[in-house]
Amino acid sequence: MELSIRNVRKEFDRFPALDDVSLDIRSGELIALLGPSGSGKTTLLRLIAGLEFLTSGAILFGDDDASRKSVQERNVGFVFQHYALFRHMTVADNIGFGLKVRPAASRPSSAEIRRRAVELLDLVQLSGLANRYPSQLSGGQRQRVALARALAIEPRVLLLDEPFGALDAQVRRELRRWLREIHDTTGHTTVFVTHDQEEALELADRVVVMSQGQIEQVGTADEVYDSPVSPFVYGFIGDSSALPVRAEYGQLWLADRALGFSESALADGPATLYFRPHDIELTDGCGGCIAGVVVASRRVAGTRRLEIEVGGDRHRVEIELPAGHTAGIGSRVAFRPKRWKAFAGRQEGDTPAPQTEPEPGPALEPLRQPFGAREIMLATGT
Amino acid sequence: MARFRFRQPSIVPGFGLTFGFTVFYLSLIVLIPIAGLFIKTFELDWASFQRIVTGPRFLAALRLSFGASLLAALFNVVVGVLIAWVLVRYRFFARKLLDAIIDLPFALPTAVAGIALTSLYVPSGWIGQLFSPYGITIAYTPVGIWIALVFIGLPFVVRTVQPVLEDFNREVEEAAATLGAPRRTTILRVVAPPLIPAVLTGFSLAFARAVGEYGSVIFIAGNIPRQTEILPLLIVFRLEEREYAAAAAIAAVMLSVSFLILLTINLIQVWSDRRFGNG
Amino acid sequence: MADVSFDANIAAPAVQSSTDESAPVRIALIALTVFVLALFLVVPLVSIFVQALAMGIGPALSTFRDPEAISAILLTLLVAAIAVPCNLLFGIAAAWAIAKYRFPGRAFLVTLIDLPFSVSPVVAGLVYVLLLGPFTPIGAWLLEDYGVRIIFAVPGVVLATIFVTFPFIARELIPLMQDQGTGDEEAALSLGASGWQTFRHVTLPNVKWALLYGVLLCNARAMGEFGAVAVISGKLRGETVTMPLQIELYYQEFRALAQVSAFSMAAVLAGLALVTLAIKTWLEWRYADQLAATRAGH
Repeated sequence: MELSIRNVRKEFDRFPALDDVSLDIRSGELIALLGPSGSGKTTLLRLIAGLEFLTSGAILFGDDDASRKSVQERNVGFVFQHYALFRHMTVADNIGFGLKVRPAASRPSSAEIRRRAVELLDLVQLSGLANRYPSQLSGGQRQRVALARALAIEPRVLLLDEPFGALDAQVRRELRRWLREIHDTTGHTTVFVTHDQEEALELADRVVVMSQGQIEQVGTADEVYDSPVSPFVYGFIGDSSALPVRAEYGQLWLADRALGFSESALADGPATLYFRPHDIELTDGCGGCIAGVVVASRRVAGTRRLEIEVGGDRHRVEIELPAGHTAGIGSRVAFRPKRWKAFAGRQEGDTPAPQTEPEPGPALEPLRQPFGAREIMLATGT
Repeated sequence: MARFRFRQPSIVPGFGLTFGFTVFYLSLIVLIPIAGLFIKTFELDWASFQRIVTGPRFLAALRLSFGASLLAALFNVVVGVLIAWVLVRYRFFARKLLDAIIDLPFALPTAVAGIALTSLYVPSGWIGQLFSPYGITIAYTPVGIWIALVFIGLPFVVRTVQPVLEDFNREVEEAAATLGAPRRTTILRVVAPPLIPAVLTGFSLAFARAVGEYGSVIFIAGNIPRQTEILPLLIVFRLEEREYAAAAAIAAVMLSVSFLILLTINLIQVWSDRRFGNG
Repeated sequence: MADVSFDANIAAPAVQSSTDESAPVRIALIALTVFVLALFLVVPLVSIFVQALAMGIGPALSTFRDPEAISAILLTLLVAAIAVPCNLLFGIAAAWAIAKYRFPGRAFLVTLIDLPFSVSPVVAGLVYVLLLGPFTPIGAWLLEDYGVRIIFAVPGVVLATIFVTFPFIARELIPLMQDQGTGDEEAALSLGASGWQTFRHVTLPNVKWALLYGVLLCNARAMGEFGAVAVISGKLRGETVTMPLQIELYYQEFRALAQVSAFSMAAVLAGLALVTLAIKTWLEWRYADQLAATRAGH
């Protein structure tokens, strides 16, 4: 089933949670909606399901305009973040619920419902737990039951809201692989919401990066990582370093020195240079490079992270070197990014700085490091 | 589709039906009858209203009802905090049984409580006979009324303070101890302040209940005009004399006080949520 | 956990925890609590049964052969059988409307629902007398055109009982259903269930113990209500007299046997109260997680 989302807008109390969002999803595709909290990703998922009503726009299931249809009529499989299992029903009754509540004419016999439930339990690898209650299951098992329940109604699309959000890291990784297998077996068009970029990049055919109610970029894992189209995507996906520069005469300038990066697409004015900290090469001299003084050096797993103060405005950027590198604090280092991208304006580029001179101040984008943050979570076992 | 929306849209069905029924039933059973009472009061001209609410019998009943209720509620605060403290902090034989029996005044019909208390406190009763040799009578005096009001108000303070005390983080007390505070200081300065909203709420509930109480009081009160006659009883007398407007006027005064108390409780709740956080 | 710390104190009395009172203080406080509860609650309760049996079991039982007593018992059962289901229906509807949706004035609506708790029972009876009594336009119209008498008759007793037990079930369900949110309902709807099926198969099972709890308290109050019913019933013997009113009538006769009858009937209601407390305690113990967390008084 193809899904088409056309110019969708959703307001809560006049506040737009989604603003003019359009997206086409191919049949059988596995799509991740990725973004920070408040980006509108869950709202979009709930709109597709029919759990919320559109303010304007349209949602099409194939050629069928589903915008005004109720959640029951849309026939979607929705897996809730906290599972929403019916705790007074057994696992089998939970899975069979969607069949049991059908009108008498299309309702399978109770034996048939039972048979379907057992079959689905096999599919989600929980054979033999049919008569357990949700409270007797682990978090990962509940998630599997929730998925089986959603699949039982033979949905046109499968929608998952932060499916692994409440699970610990080990289980999450296992279930990720398993969800991919289930998707490949059943062939459902699947959309899932996550704030975990690793999950999105690893699992999805295409990733939809969202921010502040809008889609920033849609693409494969390679595309969004290697060619981010906006400062937001650059900052949100993977580690990145940012340096305020100026674009002039088709060149990027740091203070009064040309960096040797030609950039003709940008209009003259303040700009921000983005690059991956690990994707750099050290240079000896500095003709067309970035040079600075090492102010901090930290060993992180297999690499060494250096914080470098660059130029007269003393902006700090981070680079990654092999662990064996011996650059000491206070030593001078010169490097050039192998791959980089410059965006007009300062910070995230959405508001070009009004002043023409590169002012000192908090010009350096505070580094967003979702990967690093997650590693800390892993270490403390949350 | 730009029409005014009363509620935020939701996919859960049944709002019209349930909201409509709720408002209809609430109006029919509660709001219209209460409004009717106030309308009835307005049938009185100002002079008659004034005569009713300044009459000596009314004033005596007012003083008795509010005075006895106040004293009973204050006693319930002291005893209630004590009981809540003991039930939450200490483990002893039959603790669970005592905890369960606290709610007896809620479950026991007031008339049953009334005759039981009366028969205990009359001069020949189990407890009354302990006092009668000293010339002290309890039943048919304001003291008897006070006892009945203590009985029916006992659970309120216990049940409002208990959950707060249960949630109280013992580490806070330990922190106070590590900072050098003596035990008494810790209790007064660390434990007591967060309990204040719960105590005030419990006090207000017990007081409101006591002011309106009828069944458990009339048996033990003796109902002597201007001495042991409570406000609700005065309403009953007016009603039996077919002085409907007068009954309504007294009831209106009582209802207004009830609303004030209800408002106070809500304000305490708002203040407490802001001051001590929710829950 | 607290049990453990107490045991530790017994085992090593020399080491006193910094956040516990000394043993003598503790014992004194416990003793005081037991004394107060015994004096105010246990002694009155015991005295009811003792006085019911003051002349032996025979006279106590003979109470329930009195036609007036039988009529009072039947009326009490009838009144509860009407009032409780009415308030049950209301409680479910109100909780659904208030807990499952967001609209302005929700908090105010909850306050209005709690209103009958802060109204004196006598006033509760009075408002109906003033609205529907035979001397009022509505009362006269009903009486003359339809021969329907509400005040000083059974319908009035039912109305007054509904009023005083009005909030019990609603206030039990509202906080619980608010806590539970709409997640389960959304799941059921997304699986194709209709509104009624969702309510029947998902919402109702989620709140059934809280519902039972509310019904229990509502019923206890319905059967025991005195003030409101006293005002509205006219106390017509054998007609509009409920059990609590019959207790008063017996008690006011100064025959010794009537006293026994008063206390025998009181003992039945006290027994009902004890059963109510027992089931209530059991529900709180067994299904604490499925009852509303906020429970202050009433």
